[in-house]
Amino acid sequence: MSPRSLFEKLWQSHLVQQLEGGAALLAIDRIFLHERTGSVALKSLAAAGRKIADPSRVFCTMDHIVDTFPGRGDETRMPGGSAFILETRAAARAAGIHLFDVRDPLQGIVHVISPELGIVLPGATVVCPDSHTCTQGALGALAWGIGSTEAEHALATGTLRVTRPKTMRVRFEGQRPAGVTAKDFALALIARYGSAGGNGYAVEFAGSAVRALDIEARLTLCNMATEFSAMTGLIAPDEHTFEYLRGRDFAPEGATWDHAVTAWRELSSDVGAHFDMDIEIDVSTLAPMITWGTSPQHAVAIDGVVPEQSASGTGPEAYARALQYMDLAPGTALTSLPIAAAFIGSCTNSRISDLRRAAALLRGRKVASGVRAICVPGSMSVKRQAEAEGLDKIFVEAGFEWRESGCSMCFFAGGESFGARERVVSSTNRNFESRQGPETRTHIASPETVAASAIAGHIADARALQPR
Amino acid sequence: MEPFKSLTAVAAPIVRANVDTDIIIPSREMKSVSKTGLAAGLFAGWRYTTIGGREPNPDFVLNRAEYGSAQIILGGENFGCGSSREHAVWALHEYGFRAVIAPSFSPIFFGNCVRNGIVPVRLPVATVQALAAWVERDPAQHRITVDLQNAVVRADDREHAFELDPESRDMLLEGLDAIALTLKQRAVIEEFWQRDRRARPWIYEIEEGASR
Repeated sequence: MSPRSLFEKLWQSHLVQQLEGGAALLAIDRIFLHERTGSVALKSLAAAGRKIADPSRVFCTMDHIVDTFPGRGDETRMPGGSAFILETRAAARAAGIHLFDVRDPLQGIVHVISPELGIVLPGATVVCPDSHTCTQGALGALAWGIGSTEAEHALATGTLRVTRPKTMRVRFEGQRPAGVTAKDFALALIARYGSAGGNGYAVEFAGSAVRALDIEARLTLCNMATEFSAMTGLIAPDEHTFEYLRGRDFAPEGATWDHAVTAWRELSSDVGAHFDMDIEIDVSTLAPMITWGTSPQHAVAIDGVVPEQSASGTGPEAYARALQYMDLAPGTALTSLPIAAAFIGSCTNSRISDLRRAAALLRGRKVASGVRAICVPGSMSVKRQAEAEGLDKIFVEAGFEWRESGCSMCFFAGGESFGARERVVSSTNRNFESRQGPETRTHIASPETVAASAIAGHIADARALQPR
Repeated sequence: MEPFKSLTAVAAPIVRANVDTDIIIPSREMKSVSKTGLAAGLFAGWRYTTIGGREPNPDFVLNRAEYGSAQIILGGENFGCGSSREHAVWALHEYGFRAVIAPSFSPIFFGNCVRNGIVPVRLPVATVQALAAWVERDPAQHRITVDLQNAVVRADDREHAFELDPESRDMLLEGLDAIALTLKQRAVIEEFWQRDRRARPWIYEIEEGASR
């Protein structure tokens, strides 16, 4: 057999039927839903009189609209938000799927809880009506975001009709410098190749610097594949992956576990496998990254300046609009920009390792006066773990709000927001116009950069701070 | 889904890279668990003078009288990037759009278009820019034709061939319900599951662990 890539192995092992017209019918192993876009899929499916093919393999969480204030319930700050929660709950119960409800001790952001509960597994296909489903490819799964109608299709048939993407391999090689994180790998890639650079591809992240990342950092890297316009990102599973999954709530046990691990060891790209595009990035030359504009591709090194249009990778109209929106001029040093708010959370960077690294910088230090700082753990399990380690106290003593888990202010849904034209440094994934609030100016970066900036009161280089 | 054969209509140029689905329909405009009632929120951040308001911004293309009947969008690279929200496509459709012509699309947005009877047409960036410039000279008269049967865009006495995968093309041309189509393969799917269950039992035997 000719050498195959990891993507080809996953594709072939799920191929139910080659369809006329070139698409493939792929078996879907796990479906995840949330109250924002899953609710409408469940409702529409029921209205059409269609049944879920296998409810035991369908999971639903409340993460997008649910509040993150202490003492939260079904009522939301977002006007009309409770209808999404109530309708999702009713539909999920009627359908007999797994539900991580508002008060469930395992509730959390879909792409945080799926790995931490062992719902996503190596070699599985996972879909969710959520663009950041690519996150879960970090465990060696084929995981991608879909629309609500596609979710209905997956629910009703247990399959999707998929046109095969091209394959790309991005090899991150070399020694990762101190202070440079998986988030910075992703932003550097997108800055270099553009936010459409992965369009039409499934992207395997490989290379020595990826193998050296812990599982949570791999999840961060794959999370940003959608900001690269890729169908998905994926990483070959290894012993770290198996150790991470062992004993998790929904992971296989006993003889089945052993059987699974034997199969999972085959899940890597063979030597000589074909990729339609193959690129390499030397991480030893990277610095922490921060965005200046309104697309994730508008990213520069933390000690950099707002680029001229010719160096921005953006056409004149989009460049002018981005500068106007962000109230910036070319040549301005990013670290000179005062901030009004700092946010740590989201499916990108809200896991326990993210919180530990931020807390190491915040310990014994204070958030600058006038800066609103918020930390939202990615799941209730992450929150409990952080509290067991005393991290909550570090965040609170530094001046951060400490929240219940959810997507929170990664996006503005009409309820809670940052102020108009306020500058926010955020560990999230999107710096789009009005993403975090009406006219809010978002700069995305690693949790370390967010913590250091919160302390300084302006965008700051975390490498200048000694962890404590 | 209504079949799409060919459409000649006014085209609205929004030829800017990375027009994301938050721009197409802000999250705050998705007010209920529904696929409808979204047209008023389409491009809300650009279309109205204030956030949450409804006073038209006269500078925005869709608020100009000559684009009032637009059914085609001329977009920039990576059109529809960002959130997977199908509400962006439902809002476009409800407003009256039936085709988007752009150099590239986010894959999820592309799929959502196909499932809702909106034709995503990929043409080179220079072609899209030339079409936009031509349209802007006389928006009401300089109409664009999207001919899906022949996979060509016609404008200004010229034809521009485009490529669309046959699966998407057939779905749009025939207005097919993909779910109904796939359900006809139920026996093949069941057979796959039976086989796969022996090979990968851990996918099918889900037992919740101690903390549940």
